[in-house]
Amino acid sequence: MKHPRSAFGASPSRGRHLRPGEAGSALSLERGTAWGYRSLLAAAMRHRLAWPLITLLLLLAVNTAFNASFLHMEWRDGHLYGSLIDILNRAAPLVLVSLGMTMVIATRGIDISVGAVVAIAAAVAAWMIGGSVTGSVSRFPMPLAILAALGIALLCGLWNGLLVARVGMQPIIATLILMVAGRGIAQLITGGQIITIYYAPFFFLGSGYLLGLPFSLFIVVAVFTLLYLAVARTALGLFIQAVGINPTAARVAGVQARRLIVAAYAFCGLCAGIAGLLISSNVKSADGNNAGQLLELDAILAVTLGGTALTGGRFSLVGSVIGALIIQTLTYAIYSLGVPPEINLVVKAVVVFVVMLLQSPEFRAEIAIWVRRPALRGMRP
Amino acid sequence: MSATLKAPGAKAAARPPLPAAAASRFNPKYLPLAATISLFVAMASLGSVLYTGFFSAQVFLNLLVDNAFLVIVAVGMTFVILSGGIDLSVGSVVALTTMVSAALVEHHGWSPAAVIPLVLLMGTAFGAFMGFLIERFRLQPFIVTLAGMFLARGLCYLISVDSISITNEFYSEVSQLRIPLWEDASLSISALIAALVLLAAVFIAHCTPFGRTVYAVGGNEQSALLMGLPVRRTLVGVYTLSGFCSALAGVVFTFYMLSGYGLHATGLELDAIAAVVIGGTLLSGGVGYVAGTLFGVLMLGIIQTLISFDGSLSSWWTRIVVGVLLFVFCLLQRLLVKRTSTSS
Repeated sequence: MKHPRSAFGASPSRGRHLRPGEAGSALSLERGTAWGYRSLLAAAMRHRLAWPLITLLLLLAVNTAFNASFLHMEWRDGHLYGSLIDILNRAAPLVLVSLGMTMVIATRGIDISVGAVVAIAAAVAAWMIGGSVTGSVSRFPMPLAILAALGIALLCGLWNGLLVARVGMQPIIATLILMVAGRGIAQLITGGQIITIYYAPFFFLGSGYLLGLPFSLFIVVAVFTLLYLAVARTALGLFIQAVGINPTAARVAGVQARRLIVAAYAFCGLCAGIAGLLISSNVKSADGNNAGQLLELDAILAVTLGGTALTGGRFSLVGSVIGALIIQTLTYAIYSLGVPPEINLVVKAVVVFVVMLLQSPEFRAEIAIWVRRPALRGMRP
Repeated sequence: MSATLKAPGAKAAARPPLPAAAASRFNPKYLPLAATISLFVAMASLGSVLYTGFFSAQVFLNLLVDNAFLVIVAVGMTFVILSGGIDLSVGSVVALTTMVSAALVEHHGWSPAAVIPLVLLMGTAFGAFMGFLIERFRLQPFIVTLAGMFLARGLCYLISVDSISITNEFYSEVSQLRIPLWEDASLSISALIAALVLLAAVFIAHCTPFGRTVYAVGGNEQSALLMGLPVRRTLVGVYTLSGFCSALAGVVFTFYMLSGYGLHATGLELDAIAAVVIGGTLLSGGVGYVAGTLFGVLMLGIIQTLISFDGSLSSWWTRIVVGVLLFVFCLLQRLLVKRTSTSS
């Protein structure tokens, strides 16, 4: 962020200036016939979602290659069954959190407290529904419990947003406070125990089916559609990008930067709350210490994989969804290939390193020099 | 001890005004450090009044004995944060160090004399690699060290999923060895290492060109570059130092736990960052003291000690109190920054 980009070495955009058809074609006439297809392909490759999509398709291909029934889906007991549905269902909490995280990162922020907020929301919901073993009564009506959990998650997000936008703390630190204290608060609510939920209607959220599809998918689609409409059909998306690219300039231009930032964090908190409900409903319990563990890192990873830069500004909601699906498909692939699940973290690390390097203009410039050098050398008289 | 530690910092700060003026007017940039130290003293007095047996030399020495690894990690983290970066990988590197040590000593029969230098070298190389990526390709420290964190934890599980306990004589002897100070008070080898690391770090931060460059880079990287300071080398150096500190903390942690396990030291990076912030170092870089970090760690330690002495409070109150403290100190720093920026 603070690195002076122009101070060192090659210009960052050097690789992109040497497009086929410009300087490149003059250097290598003998390869001229291929340029037509190549420029089309290059144009597609330059689309920001190209790399995330290719990664996802590759992962799906790997899964299909090793497991022939991977793409197979069947209708059984009124539900649609299949690996793809399973991946979508399991990815639902991560997709939700990634959507919230995208908005926060677009405003140049970061929210590392989402895992703790997931734990708090799950704890609140579990406590309010209560642990009656018969499974027919809940301590408070279920809608009230859900509203309370979402309300508290929203408050957590608001708190983060106010610390960042009003007090002016660095986003990492502002959300670090809640990340550290949040798990303590969640354990306070659950009394340090894992609360088991027996109230059957609550299970519908995380493991129920509607029209043959997992109910969590409908929640994700609803949140995504609302957010997408708000961002793409109104000026909101433009304003958020403006804040992310240059907060001062955005404010001078009349954008209410502070309110937008608070709203982004509040939305992220709400998304984490919904994810917390889904997770606790799916595992039928709430664990203050371990619910949503490392979820913040997975969400940041998903956003980065989707092509949104951590420096704020341009963001892609579809990209973040693809990023979250990549992570879940990767996890699925690791399990289905029979690789020990412990390798998951190493593979994730390697993926992060590769994606980071590919996103770095300095790295691409260096690679471009490496690739071109032999060709240029050959051309020299 | 604190007087000797603060001396270099005081000298550096008193440079613009005359020494007499500095003594009469309290420099507001010491306020976070002063607040930390007074809060520590207040908590220590509170504990001494409330609980019998709290006010003893051993209780206070135990703060250092039980948190030796945290002191070492936090010292490395202080340099990274002073340079304007962050290192999330420290906890995982500690875990990896315990795991490699345990596996080599127990499963392969290596001598500790070979294992310890090897793991130190490994941690240093790990830090240097991340520093290289951050510096060479202009990547964000947050993401690079996040990937480093995944990698180190994953490597732990590659070695073994289960905990490996260490029965080696050298390790068990070192872990039990106590250095008597006076009467019945004593220090462990780990605490001694932590104290030495701290002294060395104070020296490096205030009396070497490297330390001054770290402050300059954290203050303003462009200015440091224009001044002709070796910015790139320093950035790599800072992460290398943090990697070394994490590995050393891992060795100390191995003495402390006598086992290697992939789940060791989870969340240690958060504790280290919290200690650095509570110790008065600004997360935007360029402002802070290594000595403050010691008090940050001691503060975390005394909260735990108070809670364990009380007995009726549950362990999760530690987290809530640490969160509240973080909030208070960040708010304090924020107000300070606002005041100094409006006055200048």
